[in-house]
Amino acid sequence: MSMTETATLPAPAVVTRRPGFFARLRYLEPSTLLWILLVAVLLFLVAVPIGKLLIVSFEKQGTGGFTLSNYFTAYGRARYIEALGNSLILGTGAAALASVFAVPMAWAVSRTDMPGKGMSWAMVIGAFIMPPYLGAIGWILLAGPNSGFLNLAWRWVTGSSEPLVNVYSFAGLILVIALHSFPLIFIFVKSALDLISSEMEDAANILGAGTWTATLKVTLPLVWPSIIGGIVVVFLETIALFGTPAIIGIPARINVVTTQLWQFFEYPVRVEVAAAYAMPLLLITMLIITGQKRLLARKGYVSQTGKGGERREIRLGVWRWPIFAYCMLVSLLAVIMPVAVLLQASFARAWGNGLSWSNLTIDNYTYLLFRHEMALTSIWNTLWYSATAASAAVVIAVLVAYIVARKLVPFGSALGFLAMAPFVIPGIVMAIGFYAAYAPPPLALYGTALIIILAFTARFLPIAFANASAAVRAVHPEMEEASRILGGGRLFTVRRITAPLILRSIIGGWLIVFIVASRELSSAVFLVGPRTRTMAVLLYDLSEAGNFEVLSAFGGLLLAITLVLVAIGMKLAGRDFMLRRN
Amino acid sequence: MPRLLLNGLGKSYGPLKVVDDVNLTLEEGEFVSLLGPSGCGKTTTLRMIAGFIEPTTGTISIDGQVLSAPGAVLPPERRRMSMIFQSYAIWPNMTVAENVAFGLKLQKLPNAEVRTRTNRILDVVHLGHLADRYPAELSGGQQQRVALARAIVVQPTVLLLDEPLSNLDANLREEMRFEIRRLHDEFRFTTVYVTHDQAEAMATADRIAVMNAGRIEQVDAPHVIYTRPRTRFVAAFIGRTNLIEGRLSEDEVGLDGFALKLGQIGGAPADLTQPILLSMRPQAMALHRGQPAQRDGYPLLPATISQRTYLGESWDYVVRPAESGLSLRVSAPPLQVHEVGEAVWLEIDPRQIAVVN
Repeated sequence: MSMTETATLPAPAVVTRRPGFFARLRYLEPSTLLWILLVAVLLFLVAVPIGKLLIVSFEKQGTGGFTLSNYFTAYGRARYIEALGNSLILGTGAAALASVFAVPMAWAVSRTDMPGKGMSWAMVIGAFIMPPYLGAIGWILLAGPNSGFLNLAWRWVTGSSEPLVNVYSFAGLILVIALHSFPLIFIFVKSALDLISSEMEDAANILGAGTWTATLKVTLPLVWPSIIGGIVVVFLETIALFGTPAIIGIPARINVVTTQLWQFFEYPVRVEVAAAYAMPLLLITMLIITGQKRLLARKGYVSQTGKGGERREIRLGVWRWPIFAYCMLVSLLAVIMPVAVLLQASFARAWGNGLSWSNLTIDNYTYLLFRHEMALTSIWNTLWYSATAASAAVVIAVLVAYIVARKLVPFGSALGFLAMAPFVIPGIVMAIGFYAAYAPPPLALYGTALIIILAFTARFLPIAFANASAAVRAVHPEMEEASRILGGGRLFTVRRITAPLILRSIIGGWLIVFIVASRELSSAVFLVGPRTRTMAVLLYDLSEAGNFEVLSAFGGLLLAITLVLVAIGMKLAGRDFMLRRN
Repeated sequence: MPRLLLNGLGKSYGPLKVVDDVNLTLEEGEFVSLLGPSGCGKTTTLRMIAGFIEPTTGTISIDGQVLSAPGAVLPPERRRMSMIFQSYAIWPNMTVAENVAFGLKLQKLPNAEVRTRTNRILDVVHLGHLADRYPAELSGGQQQRVALARAIVVQPTVLLLDEPLSNLDANLREEMRFEIRRLHDEFRFTTVYVTHDQAEAMATADRIAVMNAGRIEQVDAPHVIYTRPRTRFVAAFIGRTNLIEGRLSEDEVGLDGFALKLGQIGGAPADLTQPILLSMRPQAMALHRGQPAQRDGYPLLPATISQRTYLGESWDYVVRPAESGLSLRVSAPPLQVHEVGEAVWLEIDPRQIAVVN
């Protein structure tokens, strides 16, 4: 058969000419060099700080000799152990309460004919974009034991001398954290519910199950992985959270891991002890995330994608209004009330005096903008640190994502692993790692803008990478091949074909990193110097000073800046650009 | 000198040989289809020709110049080929005209020429009125035409097509099949067309290369592939057939219940090994209600209809010859209706039988 074809072939001596050899070299070398460069950058950003953290935890202060004494110091006092326990209880409580807020709301918005779904959705977005520590300050104004508005109203109505609620308590802390973290569970669960066809419920109905039975026995079990996933994320965010526990927990004398770490950083700074003390946080996060991945990989749950089947809204009948009321209650607690009191306080001479013309002033804002020595600087710092970090993270992420997706080099997936690694490292732990690795000589970056930018870049690299990966994967390789076969080189093709196609999602990714970096507190607070304070850190400083009117005004500024950024993002990258599940 | 030459071409991933010793020549202007089931290596072969994949053995040359050899691959952009992809790969951020003009602009042609050639080719594929549309505003068939126009406007040395019609619905697929052939008759580009659809390959190609498990089993004109399949795989993969084992004794092939004269079997090769395998197409047999006149060398057997299926263009009968364990599929025209269980006479045309390996 094919033998007859070969009979006429010329001798294969031409092979030795290898005309494409140098061309090949030219096309291979840059990607290999880039690969080496990226490995170096990622090691610097991710591996060195975490490695240094580990080493420092076994080092004697000053001499650098091996010791276990840091661990004995870190776990040698009941107070420190108790803080660890408190963190775990806080994480569990906040995650549980957040799911109570989020799951019914997600179900109502996704599956039912509840009225005001758009409003509920907007409120969840509002709770999501509000920096957590602002919610905490709002709730101090609402539920402070003496002059919180809720307690004043309670005393006025009942004549009681006792406060109704006290935010300075463990329950208060759990409530405030749950109120700003429930949107995470909401987003997870809603996007899973959005994928379930009504036929799943119809199949249960036809076998005799009513609406409630079908919902409880079919719909909710189908989204269990998302509920669990959301709960896990909230738990991990909570145990790594610094702002809210510091603002509410420290006055309430509730010590958690993050606030304890902060105390190790008070003068004299004990990095070695802090490093040792941060280990459980790191280990718990890594174990839970890898464990969850294993668990989900084994069950066939994750593959329930696809849009097969029609989706109908469940008719709630008379239940429409109670469920709507529940969603509004959550919105009221999470967004409307805290923002309202915050704005009121920001325009008040004395916030306790309530709404009246004589109490109204813009002095708090003018003070911050024109007379305060740090406020404007911190705004400027925040904007340019975040912009630089977002740009660096996006550039690294796009390069890594492209190399990994197109398999340009062997072991490209190692790059992807490094880029995703910060995902399992709590921000506060990463900050301590950066402090340990780069604050002392030879780099001596403490107090510089650079160390903050580097830490932000590393911390938010996974967000940028997940975003860039999705964008690159969405461009079919044949799109590029079609250009190459017509005569476009690889770089030309990337510039003319790939770049325009991924630009929109990349802008979205840049904005997400920019926004989360602009409100980042837990890693910034360990790395700022006197002249490199960011808005979030300055806000925390102001909260320690206890001037709530100025504090609220600064919170108002931060909120305004965030809203402008989110509005730009929605305009450029689509309404739900921050809510995509990666 | 052939236009395109694949010489001992192979590609392995570890121990897995995806393409194994493929030899193929295409003369200038020839249209060859690589046909085979999924996973047979046809797309890998095509992508090696394009320069996207490096071969592990063998060479690819054009007009005598080696473009691909292990360790030395001229990148796709310097091969002056063009390709039509399974996903069309129409760039959604460019208009139809921009898509088509892309390759011409890369050749640094003057703007006026780019414009005239783009317009001319868009007229050829009947898309002249849609030049300023974006791909998202086009139907699947129109997108396919854009891909065709973009690939042929650059006048490639070799045109490559990777299952270009597999995403279209059946009617459109048939239309585009003739469209591709029409364009080939007009421009006569040397073409390699990968498909798993034999009707597509038959309708378009000058020659079909049937691939199986990384190897080319047979290269021939479509009607030869159909009537003279050389291997069991080709016989079974192309169309429907009855594969029957027989034993050779002297100049006769003995089958279950009857025998054929070897000399009457069309194109039987000289070197035969026992047992021999025959491919008997359903069209190689005829059914008769009454006993017809015996023709010399045409075996005539009494038989019974055991199953029937109506396929629209023909009847597909399963027939059992008496005194034989065989069960044969026989094709008959739509008006020739037999009931199941009916006794018939089965006449076999030995010229339409092929010996396969």
